[in-house]
Amino acid sequence: MTFSPELEARFAKLLASYPPGRQRSAVVPMLLYGQDEVGAVTQELVEEVARRCGVTPLQVDEVIGYYSMLHRKPLGKYHVQVCTNIACQARGGEELMDHAARTLKLGNKEVSTDGLISLEEVECMGACSWAPAIQINYDFHHFVTPERFDQLIAALRDGTYRKAS
Amino acid sequence: MADPVKFTIDGQELTAAPGTLLINAAKEAGISIPAFCYYDNLSLQAACRMCLVEVEKTPKLQVACTLPVAEGMVVHTDSPQVRQARKGTLEFLLTNHPLDCPVCDKGGECELQDMVFRYGAGESRYRETKIHVDEKQWSPVVFYDAPRCILCYRCVRICGEGLGVSALGIGNRGAAAEIVPNGGDHLECDECGACIDICPVGALTSGTYRYKTRPWEMEHVGTICTHCSNGCKTTLGVRNGEIIRANNRDRSGVNGEFLCIKGRYAFDFNEHPDRLTAPLVRTNGELKPVSWAIALATVAKKFNELRARHAKFGVIGSNHTTNEENYLLQEFARQVLGTSNIDHHRTGDVATLMDALQGRSNALATIGDLLTAKAALVIDSDLAQEQPLIAFQLRSNARLNKGHIYAISPGPVREDNYATTTRAALGQEFEALEKWREQLAKEPELVILFGAAIKDNAIRQLVAFGDSLGIPVKYVCLVDYSNSRGASDMGLLPDLLPGYQPVSNAGLEPGLNVDQMLADPNLEALWVVGSNPFLRGNLAGRSAFLVVQDLFLTETARHADVVLPAASAYEKIGTVTNVCGEVQKLQRGPKTMGAKSDFEIIALLAREMHADLGRLTPEAVFNEIRQNVHGYNVPLLVVETGGAAPTAPVNGRVSFQSHPELIRSAQNTLYTSGTLGRYSQMLNSVLEAPGALYRDPGIEPLVKPGSVQVETIVSHD
Repeated sequence: MTFSPELEARFAKLLASYPPGRQRSAVVPMLLYGQDEVGAVTQELVEEVARRCGVTPLQVDEVIGYYSMLHRKPLGKYHVQVCTNIACQARGGEELMDHAARTLKLGNKEVSTDGLISLEEVECMGACSWAPAIQINYDFHHFVTPERFDQLIAALRDGTYRKAS
Repeated sequence: MADPVKFTIDGQELTAAPGTLLINAAKEAGISIPAFCYYDNLSLQAACRMCLVEVEKTPKLQVACTLPVAEGMVVHTDSPQVRQARKGTLEFLLTNHPLDCPVCDKGGECELQDMVFRYGAGESRYRETKIHVDEKQWSPVVFYDAPRCILCYRCVRICGEGLGVSALGIGNRGAAAEIVPNGGDHLECDECGACIDICPVGALTSGTYRYKTRPWEMEHVGTICTHCSNGCKTTLGVRNGEIIRANNRDRSGVNGEFLCIKGRYAFDFNEHPDRLTAPLVRTNGELKPVSWAIALATVAKKFNELRARHAKFGVIGSNHTTNEENYLLQEFARQVLGTSNIDHHRTGDVATLMDALQGRSNALATIGDLLTAKAALVIDSDLAQEQPLIAFQLRSNARLNKGHIYAISPGPVREDNYATTTRAALGQEFEALEKWREQLAKEPELVILFGAAIKDNAIRQLVAFGDSLGIPVKYVCLVDYSNSRGASDMGLLPDLLPGYQPVSNAGLEPGLNVDQMLADPNLEALWVVGSNPFLRGNLAGRSAFLVVQDLFLTETARHADVVLPAASAYEKIGTVTNVCGEVQKLQRGPKTMGAKSDFEIIALLAREMHADLGRLTPEAVFNEIRQNVHGYNVPLLVVETGGAAPTAPVNGRVSFQSHPELIRSAQNTLYTSGTLGRYSQMLNSVLEAPGALYRDPGIEPLVKPGSVQVETIVSHD
């Protein structure tokens, strides 16, 4: 399996940053970066990462099963993650998740038919001070009300979405 | 070595070497600390929290399985706090455990059951609905019931570390975590079942045993596996004359923890419907069942008739029969039939090794040596396929004792994953060997193991190479069947008596070997005991009177004039000699009605022929072997108590005609076992069967589902 030159360079750097014989330490970051480029953790990616890190594909599978940020199926172009962990829950996170599911007509971990948006209920993402928070791909959005949520979704759909500063 | 550490457990002042784990230090002192995930010789896991103990001046309870003892440490293993913690741990382990003990296979020998009985709370505060997950079948031999699993990782570790297969892992996390197989929904592995034996609960269950019986309803018969030459102890669970399971939980044999698929599952040939249960005599061209009396009389009459006119006899012995049977057979052939034409399918050139080792003592390695030797060199064997226990011993040696393992092979072997290995075509081994000369000479000691391709002069060359290293070297000639060594040692050879003595000592001329017997048009009688030579060719002596003793109507038996149904190794007593030359005793498990042990058949035949063999029990013959056969003067105490007694090499020149073309490897894989394997449904039902030697174990998956391989039978016996 081949990757873009940028990703190959990143992988090379990763594998060199652990002591000899500890290449398996690179499994998690390689899967994450690989997922970003490939769109999902495909079986091909699993086998390639296993080969490069000197572990069995099953050992890579164990990691994928453990970490919820690794997805075997492609996500939407925009992956909307709503936190319902304790701080966000106290500030309306669950209601926000309900609102999201209702308006997007998507269940947890589902992708819209046009492949634009996917929705996921997530655990704490470390934004408790600004609860309720959501994450769109790698961007955080703070103090999200249902109205603010709708605006963000509308922006995703009409292409005017910009990263939060 | 550093000074011992002093510490106190439950008021006892103790000492132990620095680095000793608390759980082991306590065990040494007779204090049992309960644990599920801790397991001798496997990496530490600290997953189950069952071994929590109180260490003074440490605020929280500590896990005894990962805590090394320290100077002045004061430990309490039975304080109220510890008892409370154990109750809590067990309550947690039982939250989603189905408590279906009444239908669970493990009931009666379940570690969780025992622990709850001894340390548990007796009741649970957990009121929520349990998560049910359906049981999964991963292969014909392995089933998994996730809710019963306590996630101790024992199976994951034994498969990865012990077997070097790594077919099991953990999927998901938290309450949804469960063991997952490498093939997604099935296993691609050695199918050895070690994961099932090691499971402390009933999460992993065995295809042969599940829902059949209870542990206390069986008789447990510790005998020696009859499949390959490694001589593993397998404990047969026998109920009402039927073998229900085989395992090795008491770890009493040379194999310790280990058994392969054959030892654990391939006992089912014994109950195969095609087992012969009545003698057959050819009448009007067809084999017809007759009584034993008629069959024996038929053979005796014909043998006596032929003997009276000095007709040419041939006798082919077995690699599966006991030493006593082999000894009796060669005596019968030489003394009663008056022929030297006796041989067996030779799977290794033992005689040449014995000759090359003349004058040396302590030159044969034992199975135990393979675990402790500082270095071992394997030539021309795919150990993981052909010699599974030896492969396990060497892997364990490298892992636990830092032994250096070297392997020269014509193709990929599993040793590639951890050992120093190189490829060499058959016949080119010594060039590869020379490159390692310097490195090998630096080892403090060496065990050299070699397959059937190293024979005749190559063995002498190898021993010369070993001598030239200037270090102590021991050897193992990798023969293939459960008593291949014994067949050779007991003189099932045309020019050698038991103990490799020349036939001239008995006033005889050397006789015909297997190939010569089959090719001799003047042969008038051929007596085949537990062998299937016709797989490789026909008998030239078309009119020869053919007597076959076997479990099944083999290719050879089909041509016989008289077929005598024989008992299997699991149905008789006697001794067998493993690949390393260690003598072990068989125990009788089940019985097949109508079949008789080869010992009994030979003795009855002698009686019918009015020939006095003198000794009528295997014990008496074993005593004679101990007195007469060089190297077999083994301590009775060891053999009678189920131990393995090493034999010594012949201490003198072995005088015989070398026939390298007769040394033929059985080429059995992990999933084949000659004739017996063909009648084992379990062995043939796994996805991996029949397997192949020297396939790449590293990159390619062991099997590709759906790929069907053409069955090739190379195996003789």
